[in-house]
Amino acid sequence: MFDPHVPHVAVIDQRVQESPTIFTLRLQYTDTRVQDAFEFDPGQFNMVTLFGVGEIAISIVNDPLDSHFFDHTIRVVGRVSEGMSRLQPGDRVGIRGPFGRGWPMEQIKGRDVLLVTGGLGCAPLVSVIRYLMRRREDYGRIMILQGVKHADDLIWKEQYDVWAEERDVRVLLAADVATQSWRGQQGMVTELIGQLPLRSQRTVALLCGPELMMMAAVANLREKGMQDGDIWFSMERNMQCGIGQCGHCQIGPKMVCRDGPVFCYDELADFFGAKGF
Amino acid sequence: MNGQKPKLAVHKFSSCDGCQLALLNLGETLLQLPELVEIVHFAEAGPNAPDATVDIALVEGSISTPEDVHRIRMVREKSRVLVTIGACATAGGLQALANFADRDAWMSAIYPNPELIDTLRTSSAISGHVRVDCELHGCPVSSRQVVSALRELLNGVMPREETQPVCVECKRRGVICTLVSKGEPCMGPVTLSGCGALCPAAGRGCYGCYGPAERVNDPSLSNRFVDLGLDRQASARRFHFIANQAPAFKAAGSRLKDESHE
Amino acid sequence: MNLQTQQAVSRRPGFLARDALQTLFTVLSQSGYRVFGPMVRDGAIQFDTLTAADQLPSGILNDQKPGHYRLEQTDNPRVFGWNHGPQALKPLCFAPRDELWSEQSGPLRFSQSQPDVEPTAVIGVRACDLAALAIQDRHFLTDPDPDPYYRQRRESLLLIGVDCAQSASTCFCASTGDGPALDDRYDIGMAELDEGFLLWQGSEKGRAVTDQLDLQIASDDQLAAMVQATSQAASDQSRSLPDSDELMLLYKRLEHAHWQQVAERCLSCGNCTAVCPTCFCYETTHEMALDGKTAKMIRQWDSCFSATHSSMGQFQVRSTTKQRYRQWLTHKLAGWQSQQGRIGCTGCGRCIVWCPVGIDLTVETVAVLEEGSLDV
Repeated sequence: MFDPHVPHVAVIDQRVQESPTIFTLRLQYTDTRVQDAFEFDPGQFNMVTLFGVGEIAISIVNDPLDSHFFDHTIRVVGRVSEGMSRLQPGDRVGIRGPFGRGWPMEQIKGRDVLLVTGGLGCAPLVSVIRYLMRRREDYGRIMILQGVKHADDLIWKEQYDVWAEERDVRVLLAADVATQSWRGQQGMVTELIGQLPLRSQRTVALLCGPELMMMAAVANLREKGMQDGDIWFSMERNMQCGIGQCGHCQIGPKMVCRDGPVFCYDELADFFGAKGF
Repeated sequence: MNGQKPKLAVHKFSSCDGCQLALLNLGETLLQLPELVEIVHFAEAGPNAPDATVDIALVEGSISTPEDVHRIRMVREKSRVLVTIGACATAGGLQALANFADRDAWMSAIYPNPELIDTLRTSSAISGHVRVDCELHGCPVSSRQVVSALRELLNGVMPREETQPVCVECKRRGVICTLVSKGEPCMGPVTLSGCGALCPAAGRGCYGCYGPAERVNDPSLSNRFVDLGLDRQASARRFHFIANQAPAFKAAGSRLKDESHE
Repeated sequence: MNLQTQQAVSRRPGFLARDALQTLFTVLSQSGYRVFGPMVRDGAIQFDTLTAADQLPSGILNDQKPGHYRLEQTDNPRVFGWNHGPQALKPLCFAPRDELWSEQSGPLRFSQSQPDVEPTAVIGVRACDLAALAIQDRHFLTDPDPDPYYRQRRESLLLIGVDCAQSASTCFCASTGDGPALDDRYDIGMAELDEGFLLWQGSEKGRAVTDQLDLQIASDDQLAAMVQATSQAASDQSRSLPDSDELMLLYKRLEHAHWQQVAERCLSCGNCTAVCPTCFCYETTHEMALDGKTAKMIRQWDSCFSATHSSMGQFQVRSTTKQRYRQWLTHKLAGWQSQQGRIGCTGCGRCIVWCPVGIDLTVETVAVLEEGSLDV
């Protein structure tokens, strides 16, 4: 009997400490048939189980073509993620997934892509950036706007430098609190939208981060003439089952874990920003 | 905790020892415990080394004497993780009811030589004096919760906190609501779960020994108590009972007392 | 003959005299079923294993009001003269606490747990609860991820429904279209008359049982009495909900001032969600053995009134009672329409009765739908 609730065992192949509170685990299913069958879209997530402690939803950050492993970048925010931060290569976790609907990568082929992210909101979008870079010819201009609260929070600094070197790729960084060595802008990431030469009819925007940041971004994008149907975002809610069953992640009639986490703005416009909904 | 077994201490302050007894009543599980931790101090059970440095300290009882104040600071310094167990340690306990009374009058009414008694003017929760890492509520504490908290600490994570009211446990167990089916005032809707709905399962209303749940709508519940024939003074005593120093219950009881005088 | 009577006749019910009810129990148990049904315990109708027909709650009537539930013993011989207790079918399929899987360390491995299931005939199920079961079926059994634990329990059931010949004051199934007469979601249908019972098959599974009963031909008077009883029960109902289209407007009233008025009374205790036969929220939690070598994944009923229901790390999406009540009501009466094509309420009224402070969703819904001041 197939059971969507029971995890498969995965072993940690590598562990990278990205920042004092953020780490990445590279994982591989111990059962090669499970690993071979594992396919996902950028923006989808797995439920990761720490033995005896708990299970949390974590997005998959690598490219779907990486078929022998998958990466999870995790920030320590609670008891389970804190416990996971002590895992080392060779340790094992449980994995269920992938779950949810990812970014509309097929649908947006040929378009300019604007990515706006805040904080560790970058994780679900990093998979998209990697996806775009690997299939550069399929998409138009790429604009990456990454915001952080504090300049020291930015992870993957070198990667942004590498991406910025690519043809038709712009990378703009913003920190609410800048340091001396900070090369980006000081202020809100959403303020960067105004500085862009946006071809509003050709662009799709992919947003990820705190809801207030995304709301501000939507307002700025609309001002730039973008249509609601061209704005996509990834929502964060309490996700436990991953299959639209346990009820925690609901926003209006949508189950974020199953119907999302990626939504088109016009699907959720009625509820987006409704406080406490 | 490299290699060596973590060290555990059980300290007692002002209390009836009932929470320590709840641990002793664990039976077989208690016998398993020494395989996982080194019990260096648990006077009620034998080991006696109150000054030892430990990984986990379980603290029973409230702070009600100057000596308690001094000693709890020492315990804090010597313990990596400090867990308070039971209503006295987490919410002042039954003895804290004296905080609402004229202590001097009571002392001279009860003791022939009250001047020999050296106590503070209040009995208070441990968390009012030192930093507490985790609180386990109840009178007595649930031994199942203590074991599960120890297990989590041994796993290197903080124990999961309960936030739901007793009603949630009643309904999961299929216990019939005493308030709705008998009209008996019950503190379940405002009281933290963890007991497994012990009292309602025995057919009586919850008396709130676990202290406040995450949300305490005391005006609404006490209005209901009044409808059921409990006056405001009596309702106040439901809040000013075992967990009387827990802020939400303390405020609720005081408000009801004030209203009953109006 | 009116439409309802025609329908009643077309079911070809047979008559079973009151003193022959034990034969139904005997046939069920000979057919391999555990009989599960209503009994009086702790002052309420509760469903549990029954061994004989005389354990049914004979002469019991129920007085149900907001925040109030009492049973009354009478001389009336009827065994289904009550409406319901706090639970009926929900705990049978969607268990309050279920072990999903276990895990072992060194090296880590997971094994699925099997629910303890046996063929069970549930007697005395009401139309509202059968409608609610259909809603839960759609929630738990829809592809691509049907729930194996729910499925095993659900497939073990033989459902013996019974028409409601009376309504409690809190019942409003007529307005949601789910009762008081049985619709078609049972294996065996029943109606109680003074002198006995009318029985009819609702499925092949049910027919295998009714074929073994020595049923007499029901008289025209008996059929008429059956129809009359449920239509009287329907017209006795004083509560109702607005129609489905109007309920969708709840989503346009998210900032209505009335939500705060409800929050002043609401205890956020979650009783309404626990007794609701359609509420499906659950939480999962790990329980580890003290030795640290094994653990279990437990799922148990959760409630949208819980703090942890909407928490992400330290942040709660719905931190106030107002937001939680609004979540519950808008989901129940509007969100469900988008998810399942109908409202998530079947008019049983349990949330009204078992609310410790007697909050009445039919009243609150109307208040929120009225054009009112915005809460700013």
